Amino acid sequence: MFDNTTDRRVLVSVSGLKMYFPIFGGILSRHVGDVKAVDDVSFDIYEGETLGVVGESGCGKSTCGRAVLRLYDLTAGTVMVDGTDISTMGQGALRKIRPVMQMVFQDPQACLNPRMSLADIIGEPLVEHTRLSKAERRDRVYDLMDAVGLNRDFANRYPHEFSGGQRQRIGIARALALNPKFIVCDEPIAALDVSIQAQVVNLLEDLQKEFGLTYLFISHDLSMVRHIADRVAVMYLGKIVELAPREGLYRDPKHPYTQALLSAVPEPDPVTHDTANRTVLKGDVPSPSNPPTGCNFCTRCPRVMEICRQQDPEFREVEPGRFVACHLFNESETAG
Amino acid sequence: MLDGATPSVLDVKDLKTTFKTRGGAVHAVNNVSFHLKAGELLGVVGESGSGKSVTMMSLLGLVPSPPARITGGPVMFEGQDLLTASDEQLRKVRGARIGFVFQDPMTSLNPVFSVGYQLMEPLRKHMGMNKTRARARATELLQLVGIPDAARRLDDYPHQFSGGMRQRVMIAIALACDPQVLIADEPTTALDVTIQAQILELMKDLRDKLGMAVIWITHDLGVIAGIADRVLVMYGGQIVEHAPVRELFANPKHPYTRALLQTVPNVRGERAPRLRVIEGQPPILRAAPTACPFRDRCEHAFDRCSRENPARRPVGPVHDVACFWDPETGAARDV
Repeated sequence: MFDNTTDRRVLVSVSGLKMYFPIFGGILSRHVGDVKAVDDVSFDIYEGETLGVVGESGCGKSTCGRAVLRLYDLTAGTVMVDGTDISTMGQGALRKIRPVMQMVFQDPQACLNPRMSLADIIGEPLVEHTRLSKAERRDRVYDLMDAVGLNRDFANRYPHEFSGGQRQRIGIARALALNPKFIVCDEPIAALDVSIQAQVVNLLEDLQKEFGLTYLFISHDLSMVRHIADRVAVMYLGKIVELAPREGLYRDPKHPYTQALLSAVPEPDPVTHDTANRTVLKGDVPSPSNPPTGCNFCTRCPRVMEICRQQDPEFREVEPGRFVACHLFNESETAG
Repeated sequence: MLDGATPSVLDVKDLKTTFKTRGGAVHAVNNVSFHLKAGELLGVVGESGSGKSVTMMSLLGLVPSPPARITGGPVMFEGQDLLTASDEQLRKVRGARIGFVFQDPMTSLNPVFSVGYQLMEPLRKHMGMNKTRARARATELLQLVGIPDAARRLDDYPHQFSGGMRQRVMIAIALACDPQVLIADEPTTALDVTIQAQILELMKDLRDKLGMAVIWITHDLGVIAGIADRVLVMYGGQIVEHAPVRELFANPKHPYTRALLQTVPNVRGERAPRLRVIEGQPPILRAAPTACPFRDRCEHAFDRCSRENPARRPVGPVHDVACFWDPETGAARDV
């Protein structure tokens, strides 16, 4: 399709993204510090792929997803979506680009207006961004409801009449209304039961195939990300510590944090559970308003070295397609 | 169902809980029976709305009544029936003989009292300790659950602790009076995986040290696999399968358990190209069950499933299942 490119086309390109939230304190409410929610993050998302972002709560993965859609004014860095730099664009111009990029939110209860019927909710983006007639709009809403597996008879019902899984389908239908290319899914399954999670994940996969969508899939569930993502970024305290293709990351995690995170996932099998060699991390995640000097992970890292406490490791490619930010790979990998 | 010589510390028979709501009755717990032996860890799995939390809260009279109505029983604990016990007697059991850890560590501690005060409260109320002794014991407890610098942190308030630390404090409070039984209601659900791993290690350690029996409620099969001795699977307010943990994972009998084990993706081993799903929604329990609650989502359902609610029947030593379908023959059970 794209003759001028040898490789796949980059749809979303993020470089040096920083998102700081200021802290005001003292009697005069002076600016006393920043919560460094996202601190110098760079990645590309190729057209048609799913990039998974995993990390613990507070690591900045949701902020990162929202910043990519320009739901915040960025502190620094550039975000290119579909060839357009949106990082400093004004709200008026942004509004014209919004149909290309959409979002599915975590809590399907909170993101649907309880006073709007299902048809109004799914049709709202069409009212805002298109000039469809009432009848055309209704047809489009019906098409969308078919696509996400909601019965057309439900069009005049209200959100409270639906279960969590169905509400998430409404949220997905609304995100699809304007034929977007890129969707940020911010923990879309976290609020759902296990048996319903699989239904929603399968739906997202089907829609991706059908409409050629590109996803940024944010989740703390490592096993679900393994299922849906093509490449996975692991975040810790506002930074990406490892970015790698799915198979490589889960088979051979490089960064000590990724290793610990994967080994902390309880295995649904009592036999291997007892034999598994586990790394249990000590302590808690430091506060993002006051990160440690040097590597952010140095306070909990089982393989911490002297240099880690002084110098922040560079985010670099250690193998083709595999990026790691860790001093362990600076010495050993340069020789080979 | 009883096996071996270990006596049961808690014995629940035919527990039923119904809620009266404006939209009609909700039968949240239907004829639940189980026992808990000294020193064992009983896992309870199920989706939200399957009645696992309500069952445990009903035992201790923690659901407000009305709207709840608890019938059935008896629930025998240390020679007394908890369902007929007076408030005064129940108060002596709650927090002293049976500890409870709630799901959300953020909301279950009182923000206006120091952690030390909240830890010392059960010690002074139940054990009659004076302030100095209670404080010494509280320090010990905080050390036991792995909070560094325990003596100083007693004077801190809940907001000064992180989520994992608060859950440790909750566990310390539940353990304060050396309970016979600890009921943990999704204690790690609100926590991150690395913190969850810490709490799981801590629980295993504490159980070995203190020898109490634990009921661990969760929806995470991975957690169950790692920590439980025996497992109850709940669906639609009923226990549908009960087995030792290895037996359950190696040889699941109920279609719900089997499907549940297949829908969960794994971080290790083969990656399935597509997730198996259980179609449909969990049931809404408007009336007492007259049919199998899982029949609408079951791939093996036949006529009898919608006529009759299957009772739990043994299929092996300490393994019972409430289902008419036999996975070994692939046909209806001969009962």
